[in-house]
Amino acid sequence: MADRERTARPAGRVFIARAQVMDADEVRRALMRIAHEIVERNRGLADVVVVGLQTGGVPLAVKLASMLAEIEGADVPLGSIDVAFYRDDIGLRPVHPEVVTDLPFDITGRVVVLVDDVLFTGRTVRAALEALAARGRAAEVQLAVMVDRGHRELPIRPDFVGKNLPTRRDESVEVSDEGVSIGDLVAPELERGAR
Amino acid sequence: MTLDELLEVRRAPAARHLLSINDLGREGILEIMHLSDAFAEVSERPIPKVPALRGRTVATVFMEPSTRTRLSFETAAKRLSADTMTFTASTSATVKGESLRDTVETIDAMGIDAMVIRHHASGAPARVTEWIGASVINAGDGTHEHPTQALLDSYTILETLRERRGGEALGDLSGLRIAIVGDIKHSRVARSDVLAFAALGAKVVLVAPPTLMPASLEGWPVEATGDFDAALGELDVVYLLRIQAERLGEVLLPSLDEYHWRYGLTRARASALRKDALIMHPGPMIRGVEISPDVADLPASLVTRQVHNGVVVRMAVLFHLLGSGEI
Repeated sequence: MADRERTARPAGRVFIARAQVMDADEVRRALMRIAHEIVERNRGLADVVVVGLQTGGVPLAVKLASMLAEIEGADVPLGSIDVAFYRDDIGLRPVHPEVVTDLPFDITGRVVVLVDDVLFTGRTVRAALEALAARGRAAEVQLAVMVDRGHRELPIRPDFVGKNLPTRRDESVEVSDEGVSIGDLVAPELERGAR
Repeated sequence: MTLDELLEVRRAPAARHLLSINDLGREGILEIMHLSDAFAEVSERPIPKVPALRGRTVATVFMEPSTRTRLSFETAAKRLSADTMTFTASTSATVKGESLRDTVETIDAMGIDAMVIRHHASGAPARVTEWIGASVINAGDGTHEHPTQALLDSYTILETLRERRGGEALGDLSGLRIAIVGDIKHSRVARSDVLAFAALGAKVVLVAPPTLMPASLEGWPVEATGDFDAALGELDVVYLLRIQAERLGEVLLPSLDEYHWRYGLTRARASALRKDALIMHPGPMIRGVEISPDVADLPASLVTRQVHNGVVVRMAVLFHLLGSGEI
């Protein structure tokens, strides 16, 4: 689970899964479909770079980049960004960068495919767009997410989606190597009761 | 988020301060080191600026002369998009007789989020926390502490050693032997460095003539010696302090030449150091007193690296105090 998400939550809450909605194979197949969609949309991979959002988007971005390389037979530049310093809730919540940003190429004129695990309010993506703009002027930014769970608070939509998952606002969604689960965030002292 | 939760987080967080390295403890220091890595990356960018503290105001209040610390804090604040206000004693109402309390209350009333303060009296920043609502950062108080210097020193050592290892993690200072040489008695840098280095696991050796050693070292996590030459061979880091002529009211040294001969890092002493030993100095360096002119420019000298990291670490401190919020 994304540490970035975890730090944006009230301290100490833990995730209790209620149901698995995608297994590992389904996640892999969805990612493969997204890879093909990216190649189709951009008519190849010229100028395409893949950037994972720390931390939940990074493992997906790594897998996506290797799938893209497999499909087109050429390496795709891969980077990651941490958007902590661009969030709009600094000072309201504990905001910490988790991992140092690693963007070893110029994005000016490139097509940046931003990758994240879960799209929710859209605020992280807004921060990511600002972080990217500070680094250069991308020709285009496209957004790929494994799960779109709705409840947007900003006019942001994904270009590539693994699964549209209707949720309640107070639920939580986790993406891991084992798949995608839906559940609740619970204070540790309530954890036993929830199980 | 429910309305209750919203009200909860929107309540202004209690101001947090950095007065002493002890305010942070080992965990806090490591958190600042971790944050510094993120800001080091920011400072490598073509536009080394992030909007993290947009709309916040940082006032620097320096009642003692200083250029590098003040410029370093102001640069750090600006790279975080905070606004800065500068107060220097020589150009202000202080010369007209205004008290410290009236000065800081006036500045606070203009609406600031943090006050970076340097004062010739030990404990002045701690007093200021009782008078104002903003976060107070100690930028050097008398002979007490200079915590951000110790943080940037710690980060500089950790970062240099990581680069040599070629590793990823910063780690800590365990297993290192660090000598702090010079006027320990009057040095706030030494006090903060001892606390920070020891908290990160280093063995600290204080090297000074008896007249410049504190009267008692009880409770200090250090060894002490007057014999610099005997200590040289086993050191990983030599940290030289400036001989502060302005603080030596009483005659504590026969002459600066003799100090250089007994306690300065001369070329001969530098070559008796281990090959991988690091040389550090908080600046401003007085070449020919605590360090030989040519030794100061050896590759082992991290002095300019320290200045560079000063901005990075102060960004981390400002973000740690102003940007984290509480829940």
